[in-house]
Amino acid sequence: MLRFLQNYPHALEVIYDLFEKSLMPFRRWLKPGSALEPAVIWIEKVGKGAVFDCRMCGQCILHSTGMTCSMTCPKNLRNGPCGGVRANGNCEVYPDKPCIWVQAFERSIDMPRYGYEFLKIEPPVNRRLEGTASWINMIHDIDDEMPDGWVNTDEIPIITAEVEQEVRRRWTVDSWIVS
Amino acid sequence: MDSELKAGGRLERVLRSGRFAVTSELNPPDSADAEDVYRAALVLSTVCDGINAVDASGAHCHMSSVAICALLTRAGYEPIYQVACRDRNRIAIQGDLLGAAAMGVRNVLCITGDDVSAGDQPEAKRVFDFDSIQLLRTARMMRDEGMFLSGRKLTTKPRLFLGAAANPFVPPFDWRPMRLAKKIAAGADFIQTQYCFDVVRLREYMRHVGDLGLLDKVYILIGVGPLRSERAADYMRTKVPGVVIPDEVVERLHKTPKKQQRDEGKRICVEIIQQVREIEGVNGVHVMAYRQEELVAEIIEAAGLFPRPRRTGESDPASRARPRQRAQSADSP
Repeated sequence: MLRFLQNYPHALEVIYDLFEKSLMPFRRWLKPGSALEPAVIWIEKVGKGAVFDCRMCGQCILHSTGMTCSMTCPKNLRNGPCGGVRANGNCEVYPDKPCIWVQAFERSIDMPRYGYEFLKIEPPVNRRLEGTASWINMIHDIDDEMPDGWVNTDEIPIITAEVEQEVRRRWTVDSWIVS
Repeated sequence: MDSELKAGGRLERVLRSGRFAVTSELNPPDSADAEDVYRAALVLSTVCDGINAVDASGAHCHMSSVAICALLTRAGYEPIYQVACRDRNRIAIQGDLLGAAAMGVRNVLCITGDDVSAGDQPEAKRVFDFDSIQLLRTARMMRDEGMFLSGRKLTTKPRLFLGAAANPFVPPFDWRPMRLAKKIAAGADFIQTQYCFDVVRLREYMRHVGDLGLLDKVYILIGVGPLRSERAADYMRTKVPGVVIPDEVVERLHKTPKKQQRDEGKRICVEIIQQVREIEGVNGVHVMAYRQEELVAEIIEAAGLFPRPRRTGESDPASRARPRQRAQSADSP
């Protein structure tokens, strides 16, 4: 079990960055349906499974969710914690386990590169990608495909530019909220 | 906020006019009789501006929220249709939103929903195809862009005033105001919060919401409700997901003799309403009184929120005779 690695989100996001870049030159061979796909799926399942308890949704957003797998949330939420979190920070469904979104948030404020992406509105999950290799989907932008009716939420400002600047500045400071 | 009405329902009009809004929730019957819905609505209608039809809250099966809404609109009430992501996938939800709008529903509350494990059928399959933010966004696109998630055009857009839930009382506290920001960006026009028993925490939350510049982008209704007894308080804080009751409140009930606990619970609720009214950015209250709806009117009156605003010429739906009930209409208040 390599779960302890999740407690170093700032290191993981650097690895993620390097890893994405290092995959790019192999785009030609790493295609959906290619001979290498089963191997990639296996490596991903074992590797990301050990570290993140990966559920193979095929559209990994780990770097936007504090390097914590959002699909391990019993409600499969992609956009942050529900209102059922217990007063002690534990999960509504599993009273003895911490809410993964509480952990995700704490980790994301320890991530100078991608932590702020915690604010992004994530589109609905494309259930057809379940069980496929998210690495392959990533380098071919398959995981970025959205339903036609979904107005791209990356462009929507969550807060005004002024406030955003302040929140971004404070992101990795202990108290990050504007006050 | 832009000047055009989004849906034109009563709740939206009350909020836009700057008046302090009151909503309540109808305890859904475990029956196939429409009269049970009307009976429950009767005690609420005169004292609030909108009635929430809950979607199997606590994952307990009751009459469905869309059916309750249909019955309520038929009789001229103003329902708030609650849609939870727990039981239906995106195909079912989008269809129901259209159907609800066609039946005259003007308000929708988009929520994640309590987990199936909280209910009496924990072996059921959880759906959670959408999360609440994706649901909000989809509902907004149906209303504003006039299309399904797939991009397929609607011939008539649903006119809906979109609501979302917020729970300022559970961790991660630093994140909660930002979550509200996300919900507003996704499409929330109004917010109904979880039960508030901790006004200090709420004040802090609202201050941060103000700092983020969100107060003029959304109407916020604070959830309140009477605690029936010390035992009920204990049950709620341990068994109902997301409800936090500070020890002081439970202690206050504990010190009260058993027979007077119900009155004390009511008093606490009225006090909380009076305190939250003073907080900047609070636009109303959402009174939830599970299995003691008759208290809602008393609480609203004691809090000085009665009578409710009505449009000129608008009669109270409770006194308006329903087709089936015309003969008995003399009985209604």
